[in-house]
Amino acid sequence: MADTTTVTTDDTGFSDLIGSETPTLVDFWAEWCGPCKMMEGPLVELAGEKAGKLTVAKLNVDDNPSTAMTYEVMSIPTMILFQNGEEKKRFIGARSKGQLEAELADYVG
Amino acid sequence: MTEKVVIIGSGPAGLTAAVYNARADLDPLMIEGMERGGQLMLTTDVENYPGFPDGIMGPELMESFRKQAERFGTRIMTSDVTRVDFSARPFSIWVDEDLYEAESVIISTGASARWLGLESESKLRGHGVSACATCDGFFFRDKEIAVVGGGDSAAEEALFLTKFASKIYVIHRRDELRASKIMANRVLEHEKIEMVWNTVVDEVLGDGVVTGLKLRDVQTGDVSELPVEGMFLAIGHTPNTKVFEGQIDLDEKGYIVLPGENTMTSVPGVFAAGDVTDHVYRQAVTAAGMGCQAALDAERWLDEQEG
Repeated sequence: MADTTTVTTDDTGFSDLIGSETPTLVDFWAEWCGPCKMMEGPLVELAGEKAGKLTVAKLNVDDNPSTAMTYEVMSIPTMILFQNGEEKKRFIGARSKGQLEAELADYVG
Repeated sequence: MTEKVVIIGSGPAGLTAAVYNARADLDPLMIEGMERGGQLMLTTDVENYPGFPDGIMGPELMESFRKQAERFGTRIMTSDVTRVDFSARPFSIWVDEDLYEAESVIISTGASARWLGLESESKLRGHGVSACATCDGFFFRDKEIAVVGGGDSAAEEALFLTKFASKIYVIHRRDELRASKIMANRVLEHEKIEMVWNTVVDEVLGDGVVTGLKLRDVQTGDVSELPVEGMFLAIGHTPNTKVFEGQIDLDEKGYIVLPGENTMTSVPGVFAAGDVTDHVYRQAVTAAGMGCQAALDAERWLDEQEG
C-alpha cells in the first residue's frame, strides 16, 4: 500500500515546508538505519489520524545532508517539530506512536 | 480469549520460536517491542550466520525472519509490554491498558547496549554520544571520534566507523582486546585507529555538542583530555528484564535464570530464550537455536497440561 499520508521533503523545499502555520513534524532518516524503519508505521498512522492538524514529512539525510547539518542532526531517527519556520521540539531516537502523541500534545490538538 | 503462546520480543530467538509455534498450529501472538528486530537491526554485515556465504545485512536478516514467522500466521504487535503477572494462570500481560492472557509465554526480549552512566553522557546523547555506529556514523564524516570498549562489538563499531571518521581512538580499560582474534587484528592494523589502553572515560565534555572526553589512566591515575567530536559506546549489554522483576527469578546481573535442563524459567509455563538469559554465547545463531528449544518446550508443556 502506498503511503499517501506523509510528505517527502528535500534540501530545496525544506524552508517552505517548515514555514507553514500547521505544525510540521520532520523525520530525519536513512535507508541504512534500522531504528528509522521502526518509526515508519507509527509516523504513517499519526499522519493519518492528525490529517489537517499536523503535517508529517520525511527527509532522507543521505540525499539531503545540508539540511541535516543545518539542524545539527547527529543521530537518527531524529524528529523535529516546526511551526512558522521555528523549531518547537526535538525527539531523538525511536518511540511508539502513543509516546510521540503525548509529547506532541502541547502543539497538536 | 486466552492465547496459547505469547512471545515477547522479536530478535532471532523470538522470531524462531514464532516460526516453530506457528507451524505447530499454536497461533502465536508476538509482542515485538519498539526495538523490533533487536540488536541485529543496529548492525551491518553479519558474516557468521550460517547459510549466507557472502554475509547478509543485519536488518535484512531480521526482516526475513519476520516474514517467515508471518507466513505461518504469527500475529505481530509493535508495542512494548508494560506489566506482567505470572502468579496465576492464565498469565497476564499488559500493553498499557490492554490485557492479554496466555497459557504460556516465551520471553525473548534480548539485551540492550549499556551506557557509562555519566550525567554528561546522557545530556549529550544524540549530540555526539551514540550507542549505534550504523545509525549515526554517517554524521561523523572526516571527524575525530572515540569508541569505548574492547570486545567484538567495540571492534565492529570502530571498523565500521573508519568508513566515515578521519581518526578513531578506541578507549579500553584493559591492556588487550577481548574481541575475537580476527576482529582484534583488523582493529590493531587499521591506520585510522589508535588504541588508548588502560583508560576510562570520566566525563563527556561539551556544551550542546561533544567536544572532547576527560580520560583517566587506570594504572597511573593520570587525567587527560582528548578532543573528539563523537563518542560511541560498546561496553557490553544489559538484559531487558525490568518488566519481569519480581515475577521470575533473575540472576544478580538481571539475566533470566533457567533452573532446569530446558528453557523453562522459575515459573512453569514461562520460557526464555536468547540474550535475555544467555550472557555467554550471545550470537544470532545461538539465540535462534534457543528460540526453537523454547518453542518446542512450550508446545510439550501445553500438551502435558491438557493430558
